[in-house]
Amino acid sequence: MSGVFSPTRAKIKERTLRTDKWWLQPLITFGVLFSFIIYATFRAFENANYFVEPLISPFYSPCLSQACVAGSTIAGFTPVSAHVLNFALSPALIILIFPLGFRMTCYYYRKAYYRAFWLSPPACAVAEPHEKYTGETRAPLIFQNAHRWFFYAGLVFNVFLTYDAIISFKNDQGQWGHMSVGSLVLLISSSLLWFYSLSCHTCRHTVGGRLKHFSKHPVRYKLWTWVSILNHKHQQFAWYSLAAVAFADIYVREVATGAWTNFYFF
Amino acid sequence: MARNIKLRIWRGDSTDGGLKDVVVEANEGEVVLDVIHRVQATQMGDLAVRWNCKAGKCGSCSMEINGKPRLACMTQVASFGEEETITVTPLRAFPIIKDLVTDVSFNYKKAMEIPAYEHPKELAPGQARMEQIDVERSQEFRKCIECFLCQDVCHVVRDHEENKKSFAGPRFFIRIAELDMHPLDMLKNRKKTAQEEHGLGMCNITKCCTEVCPEHIRITDNAIIPMKERVVDIKYDPARWLGSKIRRREGL
Repeated sequence: MSGVFSPTRAKIKERTLRTDKWWLQPLITFGVLFSFIIYATFRAFENANYFVEPLISPFYSPCLSQACVAGSTIAGFTPVSAHVLNFALSPALIILIFPLGFRMTCYYYRKAYYRAFWLSPPACAVAEPHEKYTGETRAPLIFQNAHRWFFYAGLVFNVFLTYDAIISFKNDQGQWGHMSVGSLVLLISSSLLWFYSLSCHTCRHTVGGRLKHFSKHPVRYKLWTWVSILNHKHQQFAWYSLAAVAFADIYVREVATGAWTNFYFF
Repeated sequence: MARNIKLRIWRGDSTDGGLKDVVVEANEGEVVLDVIHRVQATQMGDLAVRWNCKAGKCGSCSMEINGKPRLACMTQVASFGEEETITVTPLRAFPIIKDLVTDVSFNYKKAMEIPAYEHPKELAPGQARMEQIDVERSQEFRKCIECFLCQDVCHVVRDHEENKKSFAGPRFFIRIAELDMHPLDMLKNRKKTAQEEHGLGMCNITKCCTEVCPEHIRITDNAIIPMKERVVDIKYDPARWLGSKIRRREGL
């Protein structure tokens, strides 16, 4: 018997005496993240309906495979073969590992999925079901310490997705100066990704958090204070950006299949 | 206006114990500690409860109220429903002594394991000067009243007694962070020992410590995660490690 049932502790048989709906938040988190995983997996392997002039799905951008449909690449740059070991590789599989890795190692999402998926703990002051616990001290969880590398990669992806949002201000004939619902969707999605990245704890550490002397580095201190303001909202940006990226992909897919029409404002 | 409320109070010691039902009068504006004192005065003269300031500043009356670690002196009776039974138990992460009193000496042992501030040798006492922006950062951590609610709720030790040997807990991670962020502290290996001796890597940042802190210290965001990032700098980031060797400086 360990934990709250250890022989030295007050003898209380319940795992928790909480009377509120402590299970609701992990349940919602589980439902939303699990749905996203199922949908993202389906889309990653679908290998179709990810591009319709001038919109490209964020799941497939930048499209680097020789299998990419015409017009979806950046200046025809396709360094990755369409097949690997006779396996038709979806362009999404090449790139999704980076945003997925960024979110998997994110300090906010760690809290969310340790609670919702691993019940470690399911909620505060609710006894977890595991006999042993070593935290993030050994493989595989010690690789959470690679978060900063995914953060750097994420910044590169944000540049590509911002580029996608900018070129969406064309019409389907490739002429500039037009704006559609798709432009708005990609703009919101890429903006929220920037907010999510810039509010990240690693970003906060990098710009100034690692300093011992704020007073000797006034510029970095100022940057740190700005990122700290964003950092307060990191959890919200994590969810908003996830929802926005998923919706952007759904939107592009539905327009590409012809189910929805991409309405132009001008 | 006074009304009768239903309380369930854990009574017992290290050999046995259980929840006892009691009905007690509560007046408008009273906190849970007030009604516990009324129970002690009128119905359970030998009820053991630790308390001191009744103002949320001494950290003595830590207990679990309806399963949540809280200060009894800062928990309004009116925050519960009129028909709701309020369940009061001792902290469940520490050894029980009697009734609502636990043995929190684990925390004092851990406090002694944290090396103290090391003053620069070239600065005589009284010569040290710090800018306000450097002071502000650690002032948040100095608000800690050592109620040990964060230590109690942390599942690393709450749910795994065996981890107490190797895990200092959130209260002491803010102490380590405070010292590591101190511009004048000369001790160089705080990051390394935080990870290797005080169990920083055991924390999986589920933020319960922050949720229960009565002083609203952002323990996870402002102390634990920054310390984890500092540990990454010296242990898991080859580029940073190389840079620190070339420039021969650990902190800036």
